[in-house]
Amino acid sequence: MALGIGCTARPGNSRNNKTGSWRVFYPVMDTEKCTKCGTCQLICPEGCINQNPDKTYSIDLDFCKGCGMCAEECPDKAKAITMIKEEK
Amino acid sequence: MVDRSIENFECGHRACGGCGASSAVRMILKGYGENTIVVNSTGCLEVFSTPYPETAWKTPWIHSLFENSSAVASGIEASLKKQGRLDTEKILVFGGDGATVDIGTLCISGAFERGHDFTYICYDNEAYMNTGIQRSGATPYDADTTTSPAGVCSTGNNLPKKDYPQILVAHGSPYVATASMAYPADLMKKVEKARNTKGPCYIQVHTPCCTGWGFDGAKTMEIGRMAVECGLWVNYEVIDGELATVKKVKRVPVDDYLKAQKRFRHLFKPVRNDAEIAKIQAIADKNAKKYGIDIE
Repeated sequence: MALGIGCTARPGNSRNNKTGSWRVFYPVMDTEKCTKCGTCQLICPEGCINQNPDKTYSIDLDFCKGCGMCAEECPDKAKAITMIKEEK
Repeated sequence: MVDRSIENFECGHRACGGCGASSAVRMILKGYGENTIVVNSTGCLEVFSTPYPETAWKTPWIHSLFENSSAVASGIEASLKKQGRLDTEKILVFGGDGATVDIGTLCISGAFERGHDFTYICYDNEAYMNTGIQRSGATPYDADTTTSPAGVCSTGNNLPKKDYPQILVAHGSPYVATASMAYPADLMKKVEKARNTKGPCYIQVHTPCCTGWGFDGAKTMEIGRMAVECGLWVNYEVIDGELATVKKVKRVPVDDYLKAQKRFRHLFKPVRNDAEIAKIQAIADKNAKKYGIDIE
């Protein structure tokens, strides 16, 4: 059975669905330029940008839909994220 | 203090790339903190976050119908109160603009009249996006939607946007605010304030919708900022019926905001419709005067 008793689902089990396949452009993070302000992590509609123990950020490409909001909103003085077209 | 490390909205949901609502929901859950029970009415958010048999939520979450989310929240609140758990656990209601300003008004009015202790968030994407961009009471003047199509005989939605926050101010709500997902710090602060206010609180959050409004998903935040900068969206707080804070801006003409979206393209193509643009500018001017948003 897909759901538990009372039609409950396990918390956050939408992780089973890898939305990365939707992507046309993928983001590349330049950790040298990154000022670690955390804007991308805060605004990402997916929540697929995670902070590493060394305070840098990495993007989980399993889930990134490639909307480009992070690259657009990365502050002008850093502009650490660039969008590159997927080659398939 | 807002804890930005809280992640109660998981990856893998089916929102469009660049969705304003899912970005706003992540910020709101950070602002509202742990020990939150979420009630969700039907709408884009409910549909994309809980596709059978999965859920993106990591909080207790309930969905019943389009119209009754505030009634369900009232019941949960009454139960928590009886069990003495209301001090530590709080209820957060999410409704889209259709579920809030059109379909759910009756239940919201009842819940705010009774004074239940919960926070109602209306994520306002200005139409029924989930069913295919039909106009709602929150659709702005002259927007093109599938039920108010612009063409030879029409310039789109010919009714003004309903001023819903003021309806709830009239109910005597202790905290009513408007916010925009383009200003995350402001949004999270307001949500936290609502959690700490006893009684029914209401926050209407402007969440640009790239699919329905017709712009590139990367520009979601920028469109949100443009709406605030031209005066068509005003960020304010009303505490106990008194206007407490207003986001002041150096106002720009509405043209750039309208030009950036396909739902207003009929105002510029094939020929510029100055009469209609002047009417929209008048709405922005009226907002500016009413809330005093202009920096002198």
